[in-house]
Amino acid sequence: MEATAEQLLWMYEKMVEIREYEETMAKVYLEAKLPPKVQKGLAFDIGAGPVPGEMHLAAGQEPVAVGVCAHLRRDDTVVGAHRPHHFAIAKDVDLNAMTAEMYGKATGLGRGKGGHMHLFDPAVKFSCSGIVGAGAPQACGAALAAKKLGTDAVAIAFFGEGAANQGAFHEALNLAALWKLPVVFVVEDNKYGISVEKSASTAIASNADRAVAYGMPGVLVEKNDAVAVFEAAGVAVARARRGEGPTLIEVKTDRYFGHFQGDPETYRPKGEAKELRQHDPIPALGALLRSRDLLDDEADAALRARVSARVQAAYDFGRNSPYPEPQDALLHVFAE
Amino acid sequence: MSTTTTTRRLTMAQAISEATAQEMERDPRVFVMGEDVGKYGGIFSATTGLLDKFGPERVMDTPISETGFMGAALGAAAEGLRPISELMFVDFFGVCFDQIYNHIAKNHYMSGGACKYPLVITTGIGGGYNDAAQHSQCLYSIFAHVPGLKVVVPSNAYDAKGLMTSAIRDDNPVVFLYHKGIMGLSWMSYFEGSTNEVPEEQYTIPFGQARVVREGSDVTIVTLSQMVQKSVLAADKLAEEGISAEVLDLRTLVPLDRAAVLKSVKRTGRLLVADEDYLSYGLSGEIAALVAENIDTVRLKAPVRRLAVPDVPIPFSRPLENFAIPQVENIVASVRGLMTFKLDQ
Repeated sequence: MEATAEQLLWMYEKMVEIREYEETMAKVYLEAKLPPKVQKGLAFDIGAGPVPGEMHLAAGQEPVAVGVCAHLRRDDTVVGAHRPHHFAIAKDVDLNAMTAEMYGKATGLGRGKGGHMHLFDPAVKFSCSGIVGAGAPQACGAALAAKKLGTDAVAIAFFGEGAANQGAFHEALNLAALWKLPVVFVVEDNKYGISVEKSASTAIASNADRAVAYGMPGVLVEKNDAVAVFEAAGVAVARARRGEGPTLIEVKTDRYFGHFQGDPETYRPKGEAKELRQHDPIPALGALLRSRDLLDDEADAALRARVSARVQAAYDFGRNSPYPEPQDALLHVFAE
Repeated sequence: MSTTTTTRRLTMAQAISEATAQEMERDPRVFVMGEDVGKYGGIFSATTGLLDKFGPERVMDTPISETGFMGAALGAAAEGLRPISELMFVDFFGVCFDQIYNHIAKNHYMSGGACKYPLVITTGIGGGYNDAAQHSQCLYSIFAHVPGLKVVVPSNAYDAKGLMTSAIRDDNPVVFLYHKGIMGLSWMSYFEGSTNEVPEEQYTIPFGQARVVREGSDVTIVTLSQMVQKSVLAADKLAEEGISAEVLDLRTLVPLDRAAVLKSVKRTGRLLVADEDYLSYGLSGEIAALVAENIDTVRLKAPVRRLAVPDVPIPFSRPLENFAIPQVENIVASVRGLMTFKLDQ
């Protein structure tokens, strides 16, 4: 299935947006985290600054999110993982409310109750989880609901290659295949489960091979390339929509930042992240667009200005929104 | 004006199954899934008859895969369905607790109220039939400890039907724990009292309303589940000795009817908590703390007493299990002890 000009341009703009979002966050997140005079043993105060808590950035992994989400509708479900921004942006989660959530503001998606690992936007059916592998069974539930309700909606579970060693992953694959659920499991292989290399955690080279054990197609996308992901995901989503059941896709992708911001990355060969950026998928897609006369300097500049304005507006909204009232911590334990 | 209400005697298992069936008829979004809930009708008969009425699309046997189907229940609830997901024995919660306490219990809160997860987890609890440490626990306090879960523990068929109907209609996750020993199963010995008159019509029992099972003036026995039946038998014996025991069935742990506990203890001045869960850090401590925190308004005539499993796994052998799980005689002895106390005023 070949991407249309419109789809290619959409993926490109979304990738630029995700990248700008993450690079901006990398800066904003650091604000006030480094004490003026670095105290002994305290190089980084994770709870300080305007965006507190852990922060997992997805720069480099944009192709996975856009290549899959290009096939999705508003009523399709996406369950993301603890590194969720690229999925959320690709699924059109409200960018202002998402950013406000990371600032812990009352205007955030979860009114400041969730933070960056726990983004919920029911309007576009997006959720994610801070627990590795936990989203896969939940995506099965959404797919089961679509089947029961007689819609042709599909569900996507995104997670890292580390999650593919969790029991939840295997149970979800069995359940999805058994019940022929319209779900697509998408593994992002960024080579590291926190600090542990995939070769030290997983006995096989590709998780796509595991699909055969559950009776579903397994597809390996070997290149961190939006078009390649788009093509694999297109087949899988269409198959799911037709009611033919699940697919497992693994994509080899690259994580430019550490596991979390502040990660000393002692496990990474020196200069690896820099080297990865030499094969950046965004200019690659830009070049493809230019080769097809779908993009020129002027259009690219206009697109980037548009994206910058959107991202900047979201950060301004997050920063300038009010905090919740402290006692609002007591609300929303139960639905009224 | 009078309305005709037809009642019959039902077992707790039949009552739960009937409540489920009536809700499934009323609301097409309700469905059941779990291990052996279909043809088998549930290992403890909580889903007996449902497959024949509603078919395999709405009464779904699952693989032995608790993480998978508890997560699927959450995902389906997020889409507006109302799953009832059976965890066969509560003892198995460990294999799927991440889905329950990190997701089912917390996602509504973390979404700032934006998402709702209306689902019911049903599960069998309790010992007394020599099934040993991995199949005999109550554990309801663990669920009650985690914010975001409502916890229901019925003691009889009438309550079970009304509470189950409320549970299915609730927009929140509800954990519904039924004691195997009071389900009325033909293959398990049983305490009288849980099989009782149940109306055919649908009705609801609101959560957070304890029930005075038996009125009394000398001592309050706060309890729930099968311990209600044991406490009533103990109260009968105590009455022969001239001791008037009030038996209070909590019915739900979350929400907890704190007012009913305080009201009764204020009147009787003595409290025994009779619990089949572990002693430490659990329900009995919670009720004792409640009274302690209100000691300025509750005038106690004796110290609070707690009767629970003495922090050992439930043993297999009959004399060992009988010792570990509080019995009628233990309740009687504890109350007698309370009555002999003289607090300096």
